[in-house]
Amino acid sequence: MAFELETAAHPENLKRVAIDPVSRVEGHGKVTLLLDDDNRVHQVRLHIVEFRGFERFIQGRPYWEAPVMVQRLCGICPVSHHLAASKAMDMIVGARTLTPTAEKLRRLMHYGQILQSHALHFFHLSSPDLLFGFDSDVATRNIVGVAAANPELAKKGILLRKFGQEVIRMTAGKRVHGTGSVPGGVNKSLTREERDALLKDIYPMMAWSREAIALIRKLFEDNLARYRDFGRFRAHGMCLVRADGAMDLYHGGLRARAADGATLFDHFDYSRYWDVIFEDVKPWSYMKFPFLRALGSDDGWYRVGPLTRVTHCDFIPTPLADRERQEFMAFDDGSAAGATLGYHWARMIEMLHAAESIKDLLHDDDLLGDDLVTRGERGTRGVGVIEAPRGTLIHHYRVNEDDQIIRANLIVSTTHNNQAMNEAIRQVARQYLDGRELTEGLLNHIEVAIRAFDPCLSCATHALGQMPLEVTLEDAEGTVIDRMLRDARGVCSAT
Amino acid sequence: MSETQTFSLDGEDVPFAPGQTVMQAAQAAGRWIPHLCWHPDFEAHGSCKLCTVRANGRLVAACTVAAQPGMAVENRTPDLDGRRQTLLQMLFVEGNHFCPSCEKSGNCLLQATAYEMGMMTPHFDMFYPDRPVDASHPETLLDFNRCILCALCVRASRDADGKNVFALSGRGIRSHLIVNHESGRLADTDFAATDRAANICPVGVILPKRRGFAVPIGRRKYDPAPASVVDVVPVKHEEEAR
Repeated sequence: MAFELETAAHPENLKRVAIDPVSRVEGHGKVTLLLDDDNRVHQVRLHIVEFRGFERFIQGRPYWEAPVMVQRLCGICPVSHHLAASKAMDMIVGARTLTPTAEKLRRLMHYGQILQSHALHFFHLSSPDLLFGFDSDVATRNIVGVAAANPELAKKGILLRKFGQEVIRMTAGKRVHGTGSVPGGVNKSLTREERDALLKDIYPMMAWSREAIALIRKLFEDNLARYRDFGRFRAHGMCLVRADGAMDLYHGGLRARAADGATLFDHFDYSRYWDVIFEDVKPWSYMKFPFLRALGSDDGWYRVGPLTRVTHCDFIPTPLADRERQEFMAFDDGSAAGATLGYHWARMIEMLHAAESIKDLLHDDDLLGDDLVTRGERGTRGVGVIEAPRGTLIHHYRVNEDDQIIRANLIVSTTHNNQAMNEAIRQVARQYLDGRELTEGLLNHIEVAIRAFDPCLSCATHALGQMPLEVTLEDAEGTVIDRMLRDARGVCSAT
Repeated sequence: MSETQTFSLDGEDVPFAPGQTVMQAAQAAGRWIPHLCWHPDFEAHGSCKLCTVRANGRLVAACTVAAQPGMAVENRTPDLDGRRQTLLQMLFVEGNHFCPSCEKSGNCLLQATAYEMGMMTPHFDMFYPDRPVDASHPETLLDFNRCILCALCVRASRDADGKNVFALSGRGIRSHLIVNHESGRLADTDFAATDRAANICPVGVILPKRRGFAVPIGRRKYDPAPASVVDVVPVKHEEEAR
């Protein structure tokens, strides 16, 4: 019953509660709940209230500008947009196969991105909930509180992110919004000094990634029922996999599996993604609702991102991460692999995979090469798909003979997860809010469920839990009966 | 043998030859006066006013005023740089200058000069003019959004290429760059990518196609040093632009 709490049968008799904005996620969104007089939940929706418009204003621009312009969608994973657009433009310039140097440098950039984004999400944004409790003291439920209580952990989180940013800087030219990837290849390789500087620091990154996995595993062990069941639901999933079924975050074919594990399609050529995916719209959100065509809009919604990638791949092609994947899949008879909070665990396994991949690449002298760009027969349609930190990212462009982009379609990771996030918060609303008096801590449960997906609600920048939150309770006549305000410092007060 | 004539630029003597402008003499002496529309190879245009200096107490364009013996010229004073910053801010809001996605970033004289003048924001309300791109030519793209009306392309096409491909049209706030052809399309002119005009734009209007972002960050013209260091004589702006 995917849409059981999407639309209340008689909203006119219900009171409305809004979590606006949702904090410690990227971008701007809100959650609304409709409750009856006994606080029974009848409707829950995650609304995306921003509109970006990049698909429109890229029209008319020269195609080589897309990888640099479109990455401005996001301040956290611009590399993903940079590379997805570059892959699409590879098709435009006819670069069917990149030079080894170009492909490996792009992969290095991408793994640096995965590492820094996953570290940022786990340590800065989610660890306060996980370490202190979902309804712990809001005054310390933040990264500053983590740094005070566990300075070593916070330091490692910061250094992990810093290392990923350094990888990006050396491959893209800047830590944020670089220009390293161009249609048909890259514009620079690494110097020996740059390579050696990264090699010097990579081993602690691998060790700390393993520590992070151990931490989330222990949280599952210590709080098994809560971590296993929190916002749990069954869903289909989709991700890229390599030709041999291995996890591949940079390139591959599309694989989709049903909630029961049945394969819906495998190694599907993403350059015709519209044959298997369609986008639905709903009047209450600016974010589209993609679904698998074969299953229809009601039953075809699916999950993307770390949880899907780790559970859908046949193996991870780096040994330490694959061992962790196997333990994750086996934990409590596979219960973590289907848990919403299992996203955190899977994300840390991917962080280890990224660190291992960076280490392997840094030992490859192709990174120092000077054969950077390739060209071939010119095309007019380019599709680039990549596994961004938050999931499958699709860029699709049409280019005219004058080199101008005439059409663009972007399906970003969080868009794929739209229905899944709605389902997660509906489960949490049923589990924790139904019939109870609202408190800040209870409302934070809703946000914890959303944060598990690490959504980039507008593909914009992070908000570090400092955005104000106002919750209003109204009766059926619209009379305000209760209002709670959380200010920019995280302090709650009745108003 | 006559003695070398000099004038004072911010308190230091600058030698000059008879007939040289303040700008030419300063450049020859390795001294930087901010400028956008001036180029050593072409007749002065005197339109951007970035090179405005105070000579013997009067505000004059350094690119057009002749150097005089004993002239006292103020250049990099807070007052003059403040005026320059205001001029730059007006240029930035008058067009559509989005450095974050502009392939000229790092090679752009407007951007480099704005950095040099300490411009942190556009300050004024943006005009957001609607200026379509001309992508008709197979080798060269025209992005009019970034035009600052320096007329270097007009001069280069007329004086060096002998073609008159470009012109300024309209007056005052409606002044704008046009392609000098009935259709208004670059492809319909005899413009060639090897023309001097194709390689002289100090901003991101006249661009070679399919080469954007080929030079990595760190190796662009203004990455190693600011305009005041990079753009002193002997300077050939366009040679280092890509």
